[in-house]
Amino acid sequence: MEFDLWAQLPSVLPELGLTALAIAVLFADCYGSPNTRRNVVYLSAVAMALLALVPLIWLPEPALYENGALLWGGMVNYNPLAQIFKVMLLLGGAVTCVLAAGDKGVGDKGEFYLIVIIATLGGMMMASASDLILVFVALETLSIPLYMLASFRRGDPRSAESGMKYFLYGAFASAIMLFGFSLLYGFAGTTNLAAIAESMNSLGDGLVAVMAALVMVVVGFGFKVGAVPFHFWTPDVYEGAPTPVTAFVSVSSKAASFALLLRFMTAVFPADLVIAGVVIQDFWINLLVVISILSMSLGNIVALRQSNIKRLLAYSSIAQAGYTLIGVAALQGADPGLAVASVSFYMFMYIFTNLLVFGGAILFIAKTDTEEISDLAGLNRRSPWLALFMTIGLLSLGGIPPTAGFFGKFFLFQAAVNANLVGLALIAVTNAIIALYYYLVVIKVMYVDVGPDDDVAIGIPRVYGWSLGITALLVILLGTIAVTPIYDWAILGAAGL
Amino acid sequence: MEATGFSILTAIIAIPIIAGVVILFLDGKNRDLVRGVGITAAAAVLALSLAVFFGYDNFVKAPGGLIEQQTALLASGGQLSGAQMFADALAFEQRVVWVESLGIAYHVGVDGVSAPMVLLTGMVAVAGVLISWNITDRLREFMAFFMFLVAGVFGVFIAVDLFMLFFFYELAIFPMYLLIAGWGWVKLREYAAMKLTLYILVGSVFALVGAVAMYFSAGSYFSGPGAEVFQAALDSGILPADSGAYSWNIVQLTLAAENGAYAIDILGIDGLSFAKFWFPFMFMGFGVLAGVFPFHNWSPDGHVAAPTAVSMIHAGVLMKVGAFAALRAGVQLLPEGADVHLPWMVFLTLINVVYGALIAFRQRDFKYVIGFSSVSHMGLVSMGWATMNLTGMTGAGIQMFSHGAMTALFFGVVGMVYDRAHTRDIPSLGGFMKVMPWVGIAFVIGGLTSMGMPGLSGFIAEFPIFQGMWAASEQITLQLGVFELSNYYSALVVISALGIVITAAYVLRVAGQVFFGEFDAARFHDVGNIEMTDRIVLILLGAPLIILGLYPPIMAPMIESGIRPLIALLGGG
Repeated sequence: MEFDLWAQLPSVLPELGLTALAIAVLFADCYGSPNTRRNVVYLSAVAMALLALVPLIWLPEPALYENGALLWGGMVNYNPLAQIFKVMLLLGGAVTCVLAAGDKGVGDKGEFYLIVIIATLGGMMMASASDLILVFVALETLSIPLYMLASFRRGDPRSAESGMKYFLYGAFASAIMLFGFSLLYGFAGTTNLAAIAESMNSLGDGLVAVMAALVMVVVGFGFKVGAVPFHFWTPDVYEGAPTPVTAFVSVSSKAASFALLLRFMTAVFPADLVIAGVVIQDFWINLLVVISILSMSLGNIVALRQSNIKRLLAYSSIAQAGYTLIGVAALQGADPGLAVASVSFYMFMYIFTNLLVFGGAILFIAKTDTEEISDLAGLNRRSPWLALFMTIGLLSLGGIPPTAGFFGKFFLFQAAVNANLVGLALIAVTNAIIALYYYLVVIKVMYVDVGPDDDVAIGIPRVYGWSLGITALLVILLGTIAVTPIYDWAILGAAGL
Repeated sequence: MEATGFSILTAIIAIPIIAGVVILFLDGKNRDLVRGVGITAAAAVLALSLAVFFGYDNFVKAPGGLIEQQTALLASGGQLSGAQMFADALAFEQRVVWVESLGIAYHVGVDGVSAPMVLLTGMVAVAGVLISWNITDRLREFMAFFMFLVAGVFGVFIAVDLFMLFFFYELAIFPMYLLIAGWGWVKLREYAAMKLTLYILVGSVFALVGAVAMYFSAGSYFSGPGAEVFQAALDSGILPADSGAYSWNIVQLTLAAENGAYAIDILGIDGLSFAKFWFPFMFMGFGVLAGVFPFHNWSPDGHVAAPTAVSMIHAGVLMKVGAFAALRAGVQLLPEGADVHLPWMVFLTLINVVYGALIAFRQRDFKYVIGFSSVSHMGLVSMGWATMNLTGMTGAGIQMFSHGAMTALFFGVVGMVYDRAHTRDIPSLGGFMKVMPWVGIAFVIGGLTSMGMPGLSGFIAEFPIFQGMWAASEQITLQLGVFELSNYYSALVVISALGIVITAAYVLRVAGQVFFGEFDAARFHDVGNIEMTDRIVLILLGAPLIILGLYPPIMAPMIESGIRPLIALLGGG
């Protein structure tokens, strides 16, 4: 195929922009005046938010992604699904920057923003990578900055511990995944995702090796999204890392991984891959169903016992990964489009929801220096807006209308029922109830309980308040009138897969 | 009726939501302003719901109106279509597509069953605001959440889209949680609020999974074997022209039910049809909120722990939301399942009626008496559904309204006594008729209603239910393995009549001990008469009991017209 730069350029335009931004931030932080350095946060946030418009303006031509068309020498694909995930990653990054701005020891260092930008870049590459090599490079481009971020508060032993743990687990998981990749490559003789499936299908042999590769890949993804039984790092890292970092880890890494997981599974282990009479898809669907059930149940049940807000959110995010996996497992259904759309919608709303809850927690922790849930008592009187924002976020996590979480969960359950996974859907709704219990407890503490510092107001810095307010508004809009455009976009994305 | 542009029903949902948001932004210290906005919104909603009720009344009774149409249809002796009849019965419709790719629409309308419920909600909304007039603790938040709760309840009653029904159902639950946990009776509120919320949500999410399954079954039916039925329905206009095969429109799902889309076997088990499998989930899922035994446990605690206004709306309206949704999403959409399951579920409703009354009799706490009496009376509603005939189900429809007003009145009375006497312990109260005659009279009216005294609405409701039970007795048989149980409905009537006797006993006991007898002037020296706002509440809720009792045609024919489509679906005449 003839290489047409101008046709292919839009597919990586946001990434190029982000790279330029990273360089600009680096220079501004190193050589800028103190005033410039203070404004690095706004530069990063605004630029990322503006870059999020790029995938919205340059909509990919269907010819560029239909029939598995790839760009840049088969390295990336350019379809609406990747675009959705890029938009959400960029917006997530932008919100993270603003939320971190006031955090001592984190937000006042320019390199924080640089690292967030690079991690986002990695996540975006994951969303569109279609070659094993690029997949791995993208994964590491996302992961390594996250390790650095987790230990960002160098003086704090908890932060250092968190970073170290994250790094050790992460490196281990990456190694396993890489081993899986090498098996796949060894078998198929190609690194192109779609070509691997073709090649394996025509080979029709080596069931054990393919299974081994499959399991290793699933282990790697399981680690990235924090699913049980690969979740052990989550609570400690979430608790120890600086809160803005926790917020970022909980959304970006997860969203990018789900984007990749969706495409990796459908491309490398598609429904028509049959080796030695075994339908590979049935195997990995069952595997994901089990992981999903374990994640939901364990995450929710352990979360019931938590008294630290960050640990609570850590276990809640394990459970949320479990819910999202329902959508991936539903890929076996009569209409896989519903499954893909449900996962993209869920991640889209989850990013804002989780950032909203964490945003509230960041401010609260920064102002009061405590992370105990019981210390949230009387937050409604201390700062009604903060309590309201956190409530909206928690309700969305719990799936209560009119917040986005209700639609998110609804789409997932719908995809599950469509894929004849009614049992899984019933387990999921039971879990949703368990989860609602601990979300409601937090809300109750904020609104009903009386704390010792009831009269001490907590002020919200203006920019911070606005960004939380806009995020809260988005969560409500995504649960009411903005459902249709986003969901239709997600359906479009599913069609391009 | 054709879907028109803007509907008054949209205003009924929008006003409380807007008022709630506005109140949240008001200055919390300016209580008069908060109350003013609250009462204005509630009064506007009541006015609109009166307009809906009487507008629908006219729609039903006018020459050439719904009743005449239905009579002509029945006389013609042709094949009845329940979906068609249901679609014809809808009025004040408005439909805006919401998520097109999934067939979800914002679609509102009322029929004969829901129109009285809309009126009831409007009444209780005003009563709730008035009775909370003197709340000082965080009044702003209280009022805002109360408004959201009212909006959610309205939404369920007027939803013609199954998804929307769920949306509003769950929307109502969260403000209720906060209202009970935040303003309830300190000893019990956190426990009761959480228990209530979890019970209700467990039921509804299981029903939600059932509804999703129903959506797919109906969709695959309409896009496959039922394509002609679908096209015919589009042509005849009972479905909106832009409907797809997959839709959450209740009319469309009813149409699927009628044509056997849910009769398919599932799980590979012979004879276990889709409808049979999912009916218990749908009916019981919502039945939890209606307090059906053995899922009634949340209700007494919840009612007792809640602040007065919330008890009123909860027992008065929310339990009806459960019974209503069980009817709409259970019986109407899965009539085949109803035929199989209701004949045994009727035993559960019997337990409700008798057991609830017995426990109410044993309570010392005034509010618990009323709480358990609700369990008992709501049993009659479910029992009415289980008759599956016109008389019994119409009675149940009236009972929903009658019990709603009555129980809200009761909880209002309890609240007024408790606010002044600071105790609800029945033996230590006494002689309150002397100091608060209004309250005493209101309680006696409510009490007589709950006993089923002729001339009051309770009689108009309960008598048809029992009559329907007798009539059903000959038709319904229950297959238990090789045994066949027949004619047992008449036996159940006799037993449930026992419940009425016990009701009389506890009502008289409470009336005798609380309102008559010795007044302890030393202890209750500061108990005075009630205020104007409280009087309005008592009149607002008490008057309908008398009006409906003396003049049943104001509501009965309307409810009957709403029940007829269901009877057609259930295979009756």
